[in-house]
Amino acid sequence: MPDHTDRTPRASPSVRTPVPWWLPVPAVLGGLFVVVPVLAMVGRVDWGSFGALVTSPASLTALGLSLGTAAAATGIAFVLGYPLAVLFARSTSRWIGAARALVLLPLVLPPVVGGLALLAAFGRLGVVGAWLDDHGLRIAFTTAAVVIAQTFVAMPFLVSSIEGALRVGGDRFERVAATLGASPTRTFLTVTTPRVLPGILAGLVLCFARALGEFGATLTFAGSLQGVTRTLPLEIYLQREIDPDTAVALALVLVVVALVVIGASALRTRTALA
Amino acid sequence: MSRERPAHSGLRAHVVVPDRGVDVHLDVAPDECVALVGPNGAGKSTVVEALAGLLRIRSGSVLLGDRDLTGVRAHRRGVGLVAQRADLFPHLSVARNVGYGPRAAGSGGQEARLRSDAALAAVGVAGLADRAPGTLSGGQAQRVAIARALATEPALLLLDEPTSALDVDARAEVRSALGTARTGRPTVLVTHDPLEAVTLADRIVVLEGGRVAEQGPTAVVLGRPTSAFAASFSGLTLLRGTATRGGIALDGGGALASSTGTAPPGSSALAVYHPTAAVVTRDGAGPERRVTGLEPRDGLVRVRAGDLVADVTVAVAASLGLAPGDAVRIAVPADELTVYRPDGPTQD
Repeated sequence: MPDHTDRTPRASPSVRTPVPWWLPVPAVLGGLFVVVPVLAMVGRVDWGSFGALVTSPASLTALGLSLGTAAAATGIAFVLGYPLAVLFARSTSRWIGAARALVLLPLVLPPVVGGLALLAAFGRLGVVGAWLDDHGLRIAFTTAAVVIAQTFVAMPFLVSSIEGALRVGGDRFERVAATLGASPTRTFLTVTTPRVLPGILAGLVLCFARALGEFGATLTFAGSLQGVTRTLPLEIYLQREIDPDTAVALALVLVVVALVVIGASALRTRTALA
Repeated sequence: MSRERPAHSGLRAHVVVPDRGVDVHLDVAPDECVALVGPNGAGKSTVVEALAGLLRIRSGSVLLGDRDLTGVRAHRRGVGLVAQRADLFPHLSVARNVGYGPRAAGSGGQEARLRSDAALAAVGVAGLADRAPGTLSGGQAQRVAIARALATEPALLLLDEPTSALDVDARAEVRSALGTARTGRPTVLVTHDPLEAVTLADRIVVLEGGRVAEQGPTAVVLGRPTSAFAASFSGLTLLRGTATRGGIALDGGGALASSTGTAPPGSSALAVYHPTAAVVTRDGAGPERRVTGLEPRDGLVRVRAGDLVADVTVAVAASLGLAPGDAVRIAVPADELTVYRPDGPTQD
């Protein structure tokens, strides 16, 4: 059974492959490169006024807006992105490679460019936006625009994470389910989904984290209206010019939220695999 | 399952898959088990996938009793499949794995559990119901996979090399479960194991290059093979030639006598013997051949010499000092050689 081999312990430390003697030097530098700036920022926090700064109405509004929009964007990305990942993983069409490259474009696209693209589509004069405007729906510079911008930028993380999980197992369990009389829908819900659950959770976490940090596309497509489109990253950027202490305090809040999300997902993944 | 099906429903299939070079007619009577054998790439798996509905066929047909399954999708066929790997759903318990089919067919949880328990008991693994698939041995997992296929009460059962991934002990335990599984329904068994064919199959169909090379009752195909693969499948050496009054004149030169079965003198004939029966000498009896190859074989040395093959002990091989290119004579005792007509069984 492959399930046994999956859990076979790796080679014991005494026989691990030797690494070049100089390798730890750039490796440690790389680690410090990430850790030092975050610690430096923590050192700049004015703990005396920290509580007051992060609980100010503007801060709380921005935090609430950020959590709400990021959650909504993650939900939409899941509903649209999971089926997309399944098609990418299962399709044998030769066009699927091109389609995947296009859909994953936001991964490498500068977010501000993504914002411009969204304006072109959903802006008041955009292809879709003009039609929506005729029906009394305006999207640009609303909270909906924030969610759209975050979904646009973050969904590829979810898609590629789930697609990777789907590809690892292949479709042999799905074929078995078919011979047992399970319809494609039943198979999708009772075999495919439970099997790639760790990949789905990882994808949701990545997607949420990316949505939470979204800045460029949001600013371009949704603007920075307090309580409507000014999410925490935008608030931090704004405060940086007005009140650096507030900016640093809020930045720390984002760091903590990010750590909590990643920690929770690591815990969930471990229990899911156990 | 609630689905009605006729009590006697055999399989009549014509599987045509041009891009894999497969064109196979396969008939299986109700309650018959047909072993599908052949070299790798002969099209065995293609036929199985086509019957299961996992591979769509453009032409040909799959008829099961009075149902035409040709264009029917896999999950509506009622065809059970047990493959080389058990592929138990890792996230479900053994009982839920086996109950999966009944649930898919609309049974409630309690009924599915009853069917699951019955199917597990039928293959002798009732005690495993609450285990997780990851904790089972290979043989246990495969028996659960058989129970899972049986729980759907399939109208046709496909066994695609069900024991080839198992060790010898596990094979024996799974083989008895397969004996239970094959009763009461048409069964197609793909196998590389002659013992499995002997114990389970009523008939053998030999595929070669995507076509049926030979077919017939198990004993006939294994005892008097007409295709090279069927001969090697049962470990026999197959010779071609012309029947003589007391044996066969070989196409490769020389003659061998036979006291067990002959064909009318002058007609083309086949002959088989087991390589361990052959006697190799430098200048004794038997047709002369040049040694074309030597290979170790289960503690013996297999001597290949053109169309003739002999398994000799290492001591004999050493005392003869055999090397490729040497001239040797290979004799087969008359009571170890069976001569028969190539177009089917003869009356002795």
